[in-house]
Amino acid sequence: MVGLTKKKERIDQLAASSATAVVDPTDVESSGGSILADAWRRLRVSPVFWIGAVIISVFVLIAIFADVIAPHDPGELLLRSQTRLARNQLAPPQPGFPLGGDQLGRDLFSRLVIGSRQTLLVGVFATLIGFTGGLILGTLAGAFGGKVDTVVMRLVDVLLSIPSLLLAISIAALFANPSQTSVIIAVSVVQIPVFARLLRGQMLAQRESDHVLAARALGVKRAPIVFRHMLPNSLSPVIVQATLVVAISIIDAAALSFLGLGSQSVKVPEWGQMLGEAQQKIDSYPHLAFWPAGCIIVVALGFTLLGESLREALDPKNRR
Amino acid sequence: MPLLEVEDLGVEFRRRGLEPFRAVDGVSFDVDPGQTVGLVGESGCGKSVTSLAIMRLLMPRGNRVTGRVSFDGTDLLRLPIRDMRDRRGRDLAMIFQDPLSSLNPVISIGLQVTEVLQRHRGMKQSAARAEARDLLDQVGIPDPDRRLKEYPHQLSGGMRQRALIAMAVACRPRLLIADEPTTALDVTIQAQILQLLGTLVRENGTALIMITHDLGVVAGLCDEVNVLYGGRIVERANRHELFATPQHPYTHGLLASIPRLDAPAGERLHPVQGSVSDNIPWTSACAFAPRCGNEVDRCRSASPELTAAPLGHGHQLRCFNPVLPDGAGVGATGGSAPVDSAGEAL
Ligand SMILES: Nc1ncnc2c1ncn2[C@@H]1O[C@H](COP(=O)(O)OP(=O)(O)OP(=O)(O)O)[C@@H](O)[C@H]1O
Ligand code: SF4
Ligand SMILES: [Mg+2]
Repeated sequence: MVGLTKKKERIDQLAASSATAVVDPTDVESSGGSILADAWRRLRVSPVFWIGAVIISVFVLIAIFADVIAPHDPGELLLRSQTRLARNQLAPPQPGFPLGGDQLGRDLFSRLVIGSRQTLLVGVFATLIGFTGGLILGTLAGAFGGKVDTVVMRLVDVLLSIPSLLLAISIAALFANPSQTSVIIAVSVVQIPVFARLLRGQMLAQRESDHVLAARALGVKRAPIVFRHMLPNSLSPVIVQATLVVAISIIDAAALSFLGLGSQSVKVPEWGQMLGEAQQKIDSYPHLAFWPAGCIIVVALGFTLLGESLREALDPKNRR
Repeated sequence: MPLLEVEDLGVEFRRRGLEPFRAVDGVSFDVDPGQTVGLVGESGCGKSVTSLAIMRLLMPRGNRVTGRVSFDGTDLLRLPIRDMRDRRGRDLAMIFQDPLSSLNPVISIGLQVTEVLQRHRGMKQSAARAEARDLLDQVGIPDPDRRLKEYPHQLSGGMRQRALIAMAVACRPRLLIADEPTTALDVTIQAQILQLLGTLVRENGTALIMITHDLGVVAGLCDEVNVLYGGRIVERANRHELFATPQHPYTHGLLASIPRLDAPAGERLHPVQGSVSDNIPWTSACAFAPRCGNEVDRCRSASPELTAAPLGHGHQLRCFNPVLPDGAGVGATGGSAPVDSAGEAL
């Protein structure tokens, strides 16, 4: 229960921090362009943003060009002859194999490189699905209010009251054949209520805002009120949250794979799965766990930094 | 026949766990076509709530609106909400106090103006664009082509209010409600905006409800004036009567609080003492009694009705002990001769 209150508080804080994101009564005639241009001006000078952006760019580039970068097939047991588990012996780093082989004699470096794809896939798709689901529910609740709002928010609160990883594990466990798809679904469903609650709070604030009142006074119909006047003004904290959710999804997905609820494919490497396999031999070969864990942490950090810098840039308190 | 007849309008806010609060209480007034009617009173007296109730813009829950608002013979309060939406912006429009927050920050001025034109006048995008340009030009925005592409935060306060006025008059509404349209602006710009409103209203024959707490605005613009106090009209007169023979102690106080250029240097202003928080309910008293210099015994035991004033034609008053000219020159605190109000029909 404490967890729920904290989660709600955090979401509401986020909401409050940008509820009035663009209203600055003291502003006379500023020279800047749109709100985005304004945010960009502040992002440009933020080291946090640049660190995050560089990490993410490198990671995305690696994922895209993984085939070219990876020197070997990640599934082939190329170094099996040098691998003697019984004698605690793994293939050491050598020309063409910068990180050596894993417990089965596959090229560790190639596995990491190709594994980035799965991680990117999970991060992006889980966030997209969570975002879309939250967008629909949050818009419904915020636009209609009343009974629709009550019903949607009850559902959201129930989902939020379950610790997110536990919920993701339960959902993932429902699938007979665990796969990357089941991981994505489990991880994204957990994020839907977070997005929904955040957006709903923003929409409710917008509903009472002056410019929506002014639009209503001009007879603007309901659909454009919601989609042109309320929704676009509600999105900035949700977009910030989406960036953070990429990081959360990557970690959650890794956790599911680690627990054996992810892809069972021997051919397609995945960082969480690699970590899970390394765990059995962690005393003897800590580096097998170190590399995938390090990658997960760095990438998650990249998205977190980006998200935090975006929030700073969009925060009304930081406007001049 | 009046264009707008507000009859016995009441708005009661109900919040769970709170006493119901009557923000507007039995307000009645008429607006003739092309006429400018003022709604005057200090903060919290119910001016905005009255206008929002007329436009049916109050949130659907948490309040109860009673009475009749007949516009051109149709009772707006009983109109299906879809029909009301069709009328807003077309037959009656509104201008608000804070021009920046009344504009949508994420879409361009052009889009916001054309939205109204497309909605009510069924214009195509290109025609609406051209018309929007003309409208901005009409309301005195220089370089309208450039401004159409800009966002609200790129405009100055005065220009934002001009843009909002352009949207409000885009469909030539027959009634315009301006809720303190100049309060958020610089003094010099205030005058320009008022002048613009005056011109537009005159040229288009639009009726205007001017909401303000500034009697200077009333003096310059309004034909008829309603003074509101604690959700009720306490005095109503045409502009000349009101300024010549204000009879309600509250109006008197308001007038006395206007700084006069010809006043001797060092003379103190006479703002109405106290604040709205001193109000007592109208139910069995005069809500103004705690702040009134003319208070008599009856003021705390009976509620005054709006009746014909002792002086003037069509001048109406809600007071047991009005301020009469022999006591003139003094503010609300001044002791004018107590008048037996037996002559008033109660
Ligand atoms: N939604 C609401 N719920 C409860 N009370 C309200 C609500 N809106 C307004 N009120 C109350 O109704 C009274 C009248 O408010 P209103 O906004 O009409 O004042 P006003 O005359 O426009 O003042 P101002 O000059 O400050 O704009 C106030 O006491 C206010 O607190
Ligand atoms: S004299 Fe009495 S009725 Fe008139 S305003 Fe003062 S308190 Fe109210
Ligand atoms: Mg007001």
